[in-house]
Amino acid sequence: MAFASKSPWVIHYDGSSCNGCDIEVLATLCPGFDGERFGVINTGNPKHADIFLVTGSVNEQNIGVVREIYEQMLEPKVVVACGICACSGGVFHDCYNVIGGVDKAIPVDVYAPGCAVRPEQLIDAIVAGVAKLDEKSAAMKAAKKGA
Amino acid sequence: MIEMTLLTTLIGTLLFALVAPVVGCLLAGLDRIISARMQGRVGPPLLQPYYDVRKLFEKERASVNAVERVYVGAALLFAVLAGGIFFSGGNLLLCVFVITLSSLFFIMAAYSTRSPYAEVGAARETLQVMSYEPMVLLMAVAFFQVTGSFDVAAAFGLTHPAVCTIGLVFLGVLFILTIKLRKSPFDLALSHHAHQEIVRGVTTEMSGPTLGMVEIMHWCENVLFMGWIGLFFVWGGPLSLIAALIAVVVVYFLEIWIDNNFARVKWQFMFKSAWLVALVAGGVNIAVLAFL
Repeated sequence: MAFASKSPWVIHYDGSSCNGCDIEVLATLCPGFDGERFGVINTGNPKHADIFLVTGSVNEQNIGVVREIYEQMLEPKVVVACGICACSGGVFHDCYNVIGGVDKAIPVDVYAPGCAVRPEQLIDAIVAGVAKLDEKSAAMKAAKKGA
Repeated sequence: MIEMTLLTTLIGTLLFALVAPVVGCLLAGLDRIISARMQGRVGPPLLQPYYDVRKLFEKERASVNAVERVYVGAALLFAVLAGGIFFSGGNLLLCVFVITLSSLFFIMAAYSTRSPYAEVGAARETLQVMSYEPMVLLMAVAFFQVTGSFDVAAAFGLTHPAVCTIGLVFLGVLFILTIKLRKSPFDLALSHHAHQEIVRGVTTEMSGPTLGMVEIMHWCENVLFMGWIGLFFVWGGPLSLIAALIAVVVVYFLEIWIDNNFARVKWQFMFKSAWLVALVAGGVNIAVLAFL
């Protein structure tokens, strides 16, 4: 049994979001939705986190930061692109400085579109991410046994 | 005699190493549920802290240096030893020193990483140790005055609970207990919920299994500190353990309530207030016992 899915700790990073999605991400952890029922904790530290929630598109300024946070997270880890800007760049996709969605910088596991993304959809995305976490955890275990 | 004491301590330590993580884990789970209810939330399952730690041990192993995990391991070992000394009825003063040694190893672990966030956390953890240590030492002195021995077991020979004569010391210990349990007004070095002004302080660079060991250490520490609280309420009577258990439950609930109702203070306030409490509550109580 994998425990990764039972305690998904998240880290939230605001790429270049208008703050709409950020407010929804934090609202997901508020009493109304209570993400802690599923063990979700907002960690604020990439070394403690399992799920990386990115809001907003990737641009020339933040691409290094997004990559740095991703690299500091330990396996198994999952990336969730929160909101349409994080998925594809959204309305900002043809801005001169915008590179595109988060998948231009790091591998994305779950896409949660929306403007702004709703807490219900975020919970769905985190649940999908949690399934991915279990898969990766199982693969890690198998690799360990094989080695 | 010495051999007997060593053997009892060894058996006590082994038993504590088996039982304390279980009790501490359940206590942490209850803590999180009650905290959630106080905030109008449902909260996590009771076994959530267990799931968290199991997950941490499943994570990839990575560390900024080789020595960090050794320090954390030593901190865990000495926390368990301190618990063993206490619950086998051993020397209270030794228990206090060994648990402080455990804190020092924890601080060393944070300093060894050279991370600015971890160093801020380590500096604050040092301040926390400086703040609570006088009161903890006065507690040991007060128990010596009441029982005539530094042995924990001597408290079971009393005709009435120690809290009747050293009530002020109990209040002082209650004050610094919030620091020791890392509860809100005094959770300067690291808080349970990390979206605070520094990113997790002491444990910033600790991850995966190392962080898991830190969690287990906190469970053991909490059980030991609750044991200290219980010690104030035991005597030679048959109901003494029940009275101690009720006192522990009430005190822990009070700590959760404090955690949820008070904002974090600055270190200056923590330091001054903890020493003031130690001096007034501990000093006056001990002086009264010594001179009257």
